[in-house]
Amino acid sequence: MTTTQKIIEKKLQESFKPLHLEVIDESHNHSVPDGAESHFKVVLVSEAFAGEKLIQRHRRVNKVLAEELSEGGVHALALHTLTPEDWFNHGGTVPASPECLGGSKQS
Amino acid sequence: MEVLDRIKEQVESNPIVIYMKGTPQFPMCGFSSRAAAALQDCGVPFAYVNVLADPEIFENLPRFADWPTFPQIYIDGDLIGGCDITLEMHQSGELKSMMEEAAAKAAPTGES
Repeated sequence: MTTTQKIIEKKLQESFKPLHLEVIDESHNHSVPDGAESHFKVVLVSEAFAGEKLIQRHRRVNKVLAEELSEGGVHALALHTLTPEDWFNHGGTVPASPECLGGSKQS
Repeated sequence: MEVLDRIKEQVESNPIVIYMKGTPQFPMCGFSSRAAAALQDCGVPFAYVNVLADPEIFENLPRFADWPTFPQIYIDGDLIGGCDITLEMHQSGELKSMMEEAAAKAAPTGES
């Protein structure tokens, strides 16, 4: 497991006491150097999201990971924020992240 | 015009606007591509801003709505979220009705 991945996991674990947490490093799918730790997908199932709209849930996660997103080199964060009830209704799955289209390679 | 005023003007004068990397026809990022495709699928016209072509907006949009990533989708002046939220709202049908409502509200011939 990579360092940034560990930091993200730890911060989310502490802030949301999740029932289920997955932090997946998807950087290898993108046009970035090996070990870039730039693209992550997070699946976060927590009671803490009950009664909150998606945008509120995402804002809370962005806030907890603000440092990683601004200076930590995290370029993309696919977020799947669910309550235990949502998770149950989804059958315990979330959609796959999109393929890279090479945008960042050129900038 | 100050860049934040420029963004404000864009989100207020367009009922639906997506800030994305590339264009809906030639998206430069998978997340932007998916979000734009969801908007197109709803069949309601929308505006887009290619943030790769406007470095000033690229730099400043994250602090405009305190949202760190692209794409960003605004409906009726409010940020609804990024790619993941847009896709979930598309799946539930909420996106289409929100877009239709915003477009109707902005139409000069609207009854209300």
